[in-house]
Amino acid sequence: MITVIVNGEARALDKAISVDELARSLGAGPTGVAVAVNDEVVARSAWAATEVGDGDRVEVLGAMQGG
Amino acid sequence: MDDEPLVIAGEKFGSRLILGTGGAASLEVLEAALVSSGAEMATVALRRIDPRAHGSLLGVLGRAGVRLLPNTAGCFTARDAVLTANMAREAFETDWIKLEVIGDDRTLLPDAVELLDAAEQLVDDGFVVLPYTNDDPVLARRLEAAGCAAVMPLGSPIGSGAGIRNPYNLAIIAEQTTVPVILDAGIGTASDATLAMELGADAVLLATSVTRAREPVLMAEAMRRGVEAGLLARRAGRIPRRRYAEASTEFGGMAEWHRDTG
Repeated sequence: MITVIVNGEARALDKAISVDELARSLGAGPTGVAVAVNDEVVARSAWAATEVGDGDRVEVLGAMQGG
Repeated sequence: MDDEPLVIAGEKFGSRLILGTGGAASLEVLEAALVSSGAEMATVALRRIDPRAHGSLLGVLGRAGVRLLPNTAGCFTARDAVLTANMAREAFETDWIKLEVIGDDRTLLPDAVELLDAAEQLVDDGFVVLPYTNDDPVLARRLEAAGCAAVMPLGSPIGSGAGIRNPYNLAIIAEQTTVPVILDAGIGTASDATLAMELGADAVLLATSVTRAREPVLMAEAMRRGVEAGLLARRAGRIPRRRYAEASTEFGGMAEWHRDTG
């Protein structure tokens, strides 16, 4: 088991998963979402090839109303 | 009526009203207000995605055909703002960023030092930077010199509806700045938007005054007309203010009446 911090909450996972899988599990659509792992932006084109491992902090952000 | 478009970083806009999307009671109200405002650009914030959220803000903005202007709302440091801007570029595929770096959570006033630092970094990184700034002519000049595509001085604190507290500074900023000046924050009602344009602003950015009005769609229309009226009045040229009256009717040619002294 590994633990990943996703949007501030600890998540237990069986094994490392890709950014792409993780973002989709949160309902990320084809556009309008950005991901950072340990404060580094991961380009969308690199989502599938980037793995999230034990202890990583992941931020998955999307559009929200705001001035 | 207004042939001369607003031009920001080479992009033309027929409307000089930019709508912030914060504070609307629902996406339906926001969409109707957007249409009524005639705005061609609207701000959007970046937050942790909520899998339970229903409705799509991007869908609303797409249908309205407006350009997205992501913001860095909530950032207190240059570092956070730069990171947020990079996330926004990735999420929305735009280099445009409304740069907000605040220094205080009660007033939400910009932190001038962090703001300028972030602006310099983002301009270097190829962003089209529209900074939300204090109504300080010197800071506005520094931001312009840093390569910002516009400067966006506040009228008064965000969401306060207190109008334009320092019209002299806004006029000075408008006079000295060669990139567009967009009055951002503090608008309460349509006459505030008119005043901003009369004082020399090139555009007005507002959110709360529309989204939290009793009738947001009606207020959006009022703001659209207010901005247009202010621009027209500025072009028309107002009369000077005087202490005493100046008769608009000639005294010459008056009849002489015999008074009944009884």
